[in-house]
Amino acid sequence: MTFTNSAELLSFHWVAYSIYAAMIISVVAWFGYNLTKKDAKSVFRIPFYWYMAFLVAGGVGHHIFTYNTIPWVSQDIDRHNITPDAKYEFAIQNHKWIGLPKQIVIQCGQTVEFDVHSKDLVYGFGLFRQDGSMVMQMQVNPGTDVNGILDSNDILWTFNHNGVFDLTSTEYSGPRQYSEDGKDLMLVKDFVKVVGCKDNGGIQ
Amino acid sequence: MSYIDTLINGTNFDHKSINALQKVTLRAVVMAFLFYGLVAIEGMIMRLVEVGHVPLNPLPEQFFHPEHFFSIMTVHPIVGIFGSTYQLVFGAFTFLVPYLTKKPLYSVKLANWTWILITLGTALAWVAAFVWQYAPLYTLYWPLPADTHQFKVIGGIVFIIGVALIMIGTLGFIYNIYATIFARVGIHKNKTTKELLISGFGIDGFLNLINKLRGKQPYTKEPALALPVVAIFRGTVDTFLDALVILGAGILILVYLVFDASGHALDVTAIDALLYKNFFWWGLDLVADGLVLIYVAGSWYLLATLITGQKLFMENVARAALMLELLVSWMVWSHHLLGDQGQPEMMKLISGEMVTAFELLTQGLALFITLVTLWKARPLKMTMELKYLLGGLVGFGLAVPAAIIQADMGMNRVLHNTQWIIGAHVHIALIVGLYMTLYSALYVLWPLVTNNTKLYSHKLANTHFWLHLIGGIGMGAFMGMAGLDGMLRRHLYVDGQFNPDMIFAAIFGTMLLVAWAVFLYNIIMSVGIKGLIGIFLPAKDATASYGIEEELEPADDPAFAQ
Repeated sequence: MTFTNSAELLSFHWVAYSIYAAMIISVVAWFGYNLTKKDAKSVFRIPFYWYMAFLVAGGVGHHIFTYNTIPWVSQDIDRHNITPDAKYEFAIQNHKWIGLPKQIVIQCGQTVEFDVHSKDLVYGFGLFRQDGSMVMQMQVNPGTDVNGILDSNDILWTFNHNGVFDLTSTEYSGPRQYSEDGKDLMLVKDFVKVVGCKDNGGIQ
Repeated sequence: MSYIDTLINGTNFDHKSINALQKVTLRAVVMAFLFYGLVAIEGMIMRLVEVGHVPLNPLPEQFFHPEHFFSIMTVHPIVGIFGSTYQLVFGAFTFLVPYLTKKPLYSVKLANWTWILITLGTALAWVAAFVWQYAPLYTLYWPLPADTHQFKVIGGIVFIIGVALIMIGTLGFIYNIYATIFARVGIHKNKTTKELLISGFGIDGFLNLINKLRGKQPYTKEPALALPVVAIFRGTVDTFLDALVILGAGILILVYLVFDASGHALDVTAIDALLYKNFFWWGLDLVADGLVLIYVAGSWYLLATLITGQKLFMENVARAALMLELLVSWMVWSHHLLGDQGQPEMMKLISGEMVTAFELLTQGLALFITLVTLWKARPLKMTMELKYLLGGLVGFGLAVPAAIIQADMGMNRVLHNTQWIIGAHVHIALIVGLYMTLYSALYVLWPLVTNNTKLYSHKLANTHFWLHLIGGIGMGAFMGMAGLDGMLRRHLYVDGQFNPDMIFAAIFGTMLLVAWAVFLYNIIMSVGIKGLIGIFLPAKDATASYGIEEELEPADDPAFAQ
């Protein structure tokens, strides 16, 4: 099992957490109801050490599961050893993108590096589908090294599905990101276009 | 009794009969619930903005302006966390520590200063946002709070002074609690500081466990401090460290603002933004993942034992686990920085993922111990305090896993800074988990603090319970779903892009607001307007304890000072 994009992961997460939420509410409701009963008997006994083992397995197993099913985890950790198919570098200052191409066209399956620098505040870099759902994001911190070179905020991303994605800052950097009537001035419509994938994802 | 009569005089509350300790407790509680109302209104304003310009939205246009919207977003957590939650918790503990240790409170005067300073500080921070629209948000990411191109210097200075007053009030609370715990009077007359420290840190519980495994006699059969006091002791360590960090950040911002005002602006790049984030999140996370979880665990243990009248199940394990929770809380801050590419990967993995996952264990343990303690005592009457306690357990049962899921490098990439974390985790943890636990404590303490005042209406109390529970879970759930749909948490949406999620969140949010109004009405009708005012009048009875003989505030007593 592998999630090829964030939409699949978020759908899975929605279902899994909804089931869990319904379960925990039901269990406590059932528990509360039986607390008032004189003859209520335990339906099942949960041995303490098994319960603790279950929690440990849940906490650790979650990370093992995501590491093995979400491709961008290992790619992120190892990104300095991976050569991207394309690299785009730009900056942000005064709530404006600097050196941003009008649109990036990416072939299906390509791994792209985005390296974003901030010249003043903390911003974010996030790509969104046309329905508003998030493709990915990272924080963009300002700062320079000892030689005065702007700090990198770099991310590698492999695009496996066709689509046109909008860009905006995902971190609050003050009200000047918006016009007086509330429009997001850092929103770049149709910034990324991915082509060449099959209908259900993957290279044709 | 006529309606007007009850409104003015309450049921049978007599403010003249309550002592200094009870009064100072009630003052903090009253302020906490007033601030809660303010924060609920602020929350609803923001929710209605996110609903967008749709027909029937009653919100005036000015609230849609970014300066206004983000000013509200900045003070919302300050009023909610410090003005309301801190005051409620501090008020309860100011009463509980003397009550449980059977000793007088170290200083009622200091306790009064605590609620006054926190109230003033919260009001100042609110004024800074309302008047000057100072809006760097509670995260205060460097260098935004010192960005005088976007914000007025005076607004920043007033805001920081406000936050500093809150922290000074917090330090006053901490001093009062520790001075009371370490006072060698009453039942602790013959205890040494070392014995109290060993008990406070839960080392006695740990040694009891070791001795049991080795087949030896327990280290101590009667620990020096009751378990809830141990939780308060340990949670307060995090409260102290957090206050130091926030004060430190406040001083830094203040220095920059003052220099800017004097015409000699300092270079903001002298402070590394990522390093600052690490420092600030280490401190701020001591609230979310430290004191809240430890205080809550202690409150559950106290409530379970008071409701059942029985000993806590696995008390030694609970004592030792509280120590573990304290250590865990110091090492988890990196889960806030999983989206920061400059953060070392090893810190993300160890602090952000692995140690953070430990919270599932510590909180799960507290849940287990509380449930078993209740189960062993069945049948129990479904009282208001038991109902709220179960509601609190549901809240954390939902909210803690929601956060653990996101504290993962894979999930964080698509959930960081979305409504998922603020809805499904933060709001459910606070509104359902924490507040329902606190309401349970309130119903337990109500007869003690008000000298058996009759509650005006149990029907209204029940109405409040269901509105709060359903409203809290519903609002958090729809905010969380909007987060999964890509809605950011610190972003302005004015066109209703995330409807109908936001419409449902607003409906459930309205239930929360109504719940608060019902609760407040019930309390006012119980104590009466006269009683409410009387709470703030000086106490005729200067007793600083509850239920013991030796009573007066002992701040100046040399024996106490030892």
